Order: sequence, then structure tokens, then C-alpha cells
Amino acid sequence: MVTDRSRLLTLVLLAIGFLLYSITLYSTQPPKKPAVTALSSKGKLVWQQYNCTGCHQVYGLGGYLGPDLTNTYSRKGPAYIKAFLAGGTVTMPNFQLSAEEMEALVAYLQNIDASGTADPRSFTIHTNGTIEQ
Amino acid sequence: MVWGVTGGLQYLVPGFLKQYLSFEKVRPLHVSSVVFWIIFGAMGAVMSYLQQHTGKKIYSCLLFRIQFLLFGITVILILVSYCAGIFGGREYWEFHPLLALPIVVGWLLFLFNFLKTVGSLRQQPVYVWMWLTGIVFFLFTFLESYLWVFPYFRMHVVKDMTIQWKSYGSMVGSWNMLLYGSSIFLMDKINQHKKYSFSTIAFVLYFTGLFNLMFNWGHHIYTLPTHAYVKHISYAVSMTELFILGRIIYLWKVSLTEAKKHFFRLSYRFLAAADVWVFLTLVLAIFMSIPGINVYTHGTHITVAHTMGATIGINSFILLAIAFDILSDTCQSFEPFKKLFNRGFWLSNISLLVFWLSLIGAGLLKANWQMQTDPVPFQTMMLQLRPFFILFLISGITLMSGMFLLIYPLVRNQWVCYFQQSGDRQKPQHFPRMSRFSIE
Repeated sequence: MVTDRSRLLTLVLLAIGFLLYSITLYSTQPPKKPAVTALSSKGKLVWQQYNCTGCHQVYGLGGYLGPDLTNTYSRKGPAYIKAFLAGGTVTMPNFQLSAEEMEALVAYLQNIDASGTADPRSFTIHTNGTIEQ
Repeated sequence: MVWGVTGGLQYLVPGFLKQYLSFEKVRPLHVSSVVFWIIFGAMGAVMSYLQQHTGKKIYSCLLFRIQFLLFGITVILILVSYCAGIFGGREYWEFHPLLALPIVVGWLLFLFNFLKTVGSLRQQPVYVWMWLTGIVFFLFTFLESYLWVFPYFRMHVVKDMTIQWKSYGSMVGSWNMLLYGSSIFLMDKINQHKKYSFSTIAFVLYFTGLFNLMFNWGHHIYTLPTHAYVKHISYAVSMTELFILGRIIYLWKVSLTEAKKHFFRLSYRFLAAADVWVFLTLVLAIFMSIPGINVYTHGTHITVAHTMGATIGINSFILLAIAFDILSDTCQSFEPFKKLFNRGFWLSNISLLVFWLSLIGAGLLKANWQMQTDPVPFQTMMLQLRPFFILFLISGITLMSGMFLLIYPLVRNQWVCYFQQSGDRQKPQHFPRMSRFSIE
């Protein structure tokens, strides 16, 4: 029979481990750190303001109606992105973005693009199930 | 459910309702409604069963009413803001961050009321531990999911996404703690003994679940260029779920005998259905937790299938089990609705299976597409998925119909109790109290 004391001890140990893990993640930066500009920071807020993630993914996370945009900046270029933002598509509304919002959004996509690649083909799969990029 | 079907239609009819309710509005309307159904339902389950467990009323009904009003008003504001296209948050909590404040305040009231009602953790069954950890971890992870409001956390996209998915992954675990705890209470109530909830195995499974809640969120971000240790920890921890899976398989025969014994009970039926969905969802989850497989499934509809299996097949069915149990205790018999119930139960389960399989089918095609050396354009790939989307929409509509057949007796029963027999309706009865309905 497990005692209350041992249950509490297990809970406390797990909680301490969890807190240490959380603090480590809060205080360290990921390996690749692209340069952040004031414009790209603003772009992130524009991205949230128009809920772009409702339809689009970044690193495979987000909506499924539109394409993943992680590396659109390097693959298609800023002009291509702006054309879509300005006109919309059959599915995507024209959000009537201001020129400043559009620039900010493009800068944010550039920042995401510089952080890495989301292409699943770029991963090497090891026999133990782990992956490497 | 209505938002879900609308979203499904927008997959098949591009531009449908684009001017008024485009997809970026419909998706959060659907997702937030589902999340609020689960967390508020779980909260209601905990507060109702806590009273049955302790045999006394909750510490403060006034605080509970304030909490209810806070949540009710906030949810309405959130849904209205989505319709108006006012966002500002992130995926799953797309509403303006200011609207998160009343949720935090309401949750603090919930925690306070819970602690004051429980009193002490001494000699408590496993479900009380699960409820407490579920409440505390929801608060922690909800606050954590808002760290992005500080520039330090949101500045770097990878770090921001790492913490975002850390909080979301654990948050799902926290509401599962509330729901699974309530389902264990209900099972004890049906069995009329508390052997399981005080057993060693119950606590071993609880700590396994908690361990996963804390450290197994990294499988959401295997493809994100974040710290490698996050991925290794998650991969290793997720394999402890094999123990849970093995136990389900080992106890399969016992579970079947148990199911035959209690299947006439309405609330038990949902628990039995949820058990099947736990098995299917767990198998899928374990596969997706292997990074080498996750590379293929990530960003595809297989992830959606996993989410739908968990939120409908497990979370919603447990909530319906609890709702039928609590309302048959406090209201009147569901006997007149037994035919309707049977139809709704089977229709929703079969529809959910088709719905789940159609998503897996679409996911497999998308996985194949994203691994091709020279893939066709995104829109062409989406056109190839259309047969699966059609199946997904049809099964979604039948699933919604099945759910309506199940919800109707609950709503109708409450309507009758509150508005026609308010003077002489039965008072809530305490544990052990059996559901009065029998289909036999």
C-alpha cells in the first residue's frame, strides 16, 4: 500500500523537475537565433491580429486550409507574398492591410524563414527513431 | 459543432461565407467552443462530484456563481469578438489577451473553492489528487501560454513556439486530469466501492500521466529547430505510455466482462465508448511520438484525427457519461428517451470512426505529398484530398446529428425539472447513488 507521504514526495519531486525544466527553457535561447528587427516584431503582432495561423502553418503548426509559410520568403520572395496579401485568393479574404502592416508581415516571414527549414525531406531518420536536420 | 460543419463546408466550397465568416474566424469559433465545453464541463464535473465525495456542499456557492458569471460573460465576449474579426492572441486562444484575465480570476476562485471544500489530501482517493493537479496545472500552463506578451519571450520565433507548445501540451494533460479523475469517481460509483481509486496501480497510472503531462509535450515540435534535449526527453517519456497501452490490452477481457455487466447503464456506455477511443487514440499518439514517424505525420490531418479522437471520443464522451449520471441523480429518469439515446449513441460512434478514418486517409496522402521530391502545388494536392474531405463533412454532419440526439434528453430533462417541477423536484443525492435508468 502506497502511503500519503510517498505520494506527496513523488508529487513534489516531479514538480521540482518540471519547474527546473521550465526555468531552463525560459532562460536559454534555441541554437539558431535569427536577427530580430522592430519591423519583424511588429509583424508577429500583425500575424496574430489577423489570425493568419487559422489557415496557415509555421513549422507544421497551425491551420490546414492554406500552405505552410515557414520558408515562403526564401522560396517565393517578398513580391510574391505581397501580391497575395494585396489581392487575397478565392479562399483568403483581402484583409485591406496598410502598407506598413504588409511590410511588417513580410519582415516577420523573413525572420521565420531565417530560423530554419520546415521541409520534412530535410530530416535524416535514424534507426532508433530519432531525427536530425 | 455548427462551426465545425461550417468549416468543413469551407474546405469543399472555397470562398463559402468568405465575406462574412471566413475560415480564420470559423476555426477559432469552433476550437474555442470545443475547448470551453471541455474545461467548463470538467469544472462542473469536479464541483458536482466533489460534493458527492465529501458528502457536503461546496465551500462557497457565491464564489461558484461569480466564477460561473465570469466565465459565461467572457466566453460570449470571446465568441462575439471572433465574429467581428477581433483577434490578438495565438492559436487556440486567439482572443485579445485582456480577455484571458477574467479566465485566470475565475480559475483562482475555482482553486480556492476546491481547496477549502477538500480540506486535506490525507487518505484521499486518486481522483482527488488528479483534480487538484489538474486545476493547478491548468492555471500554470494557461499563464505560461501568455508569456508571449513579454517581448523577451516572443522575440525569437523558435523560443516563442517552444514555450507555446510546452504550455499547450501540458494544458491538455491538465484538463485530462480533471476528466479522467471524474471518470474514475463515476466508475467507483457504478461499482459501489472505492477499491480501485485507493489502489497502488491507480496511483502508478496517475503519476505516469502526470509525468507525461510535464515532460511529453515536445512531440508537438519535433520538427522545430529547438533544443535537441526537448525532443529526446519527450521521445523517452512518451514511451512510458506503452505501459498504459499494455495494461489496456492485458485487461481487455476483464474490461469486456465489466462492459457486459454495466452496459445497460447510460453513463457507463459512454465510459465504455471512451475506453475504445482511448485505445485508438493512444496507439496513434505512440506512433506520432516516435520522431522518425512524426516527420511524416506532422502538419498533416493525422494530427487532426488524433485531436478529434481525443476531444470527441474521449473528452466529450466522458463528459456525456458524467452529465447523464449527474442529471439522472438530480432530475428525472431518462427512460422515455431510450430509443433516441440508442440511435444517438451508435450514430455518433460510427460517424466518429468514419470521421477519424477520413482524416487519417487525408493525412496519409498529404504525408506522401510533402515527402515527394517534386510535389504538385499545394492547391492541386488539396484537390486530391477532396474525396476524404467529402467523407469528413458527411460523417461530421451525422456525428453532429448523433450528438444532438444525445444532448436532447439532457436538455429536455433539465427543462422539465427546472421550469415545470421546480417546487417539488428531487434534491441531489449523495454517494453512493446509482443512476436510475435501465434500458433492460
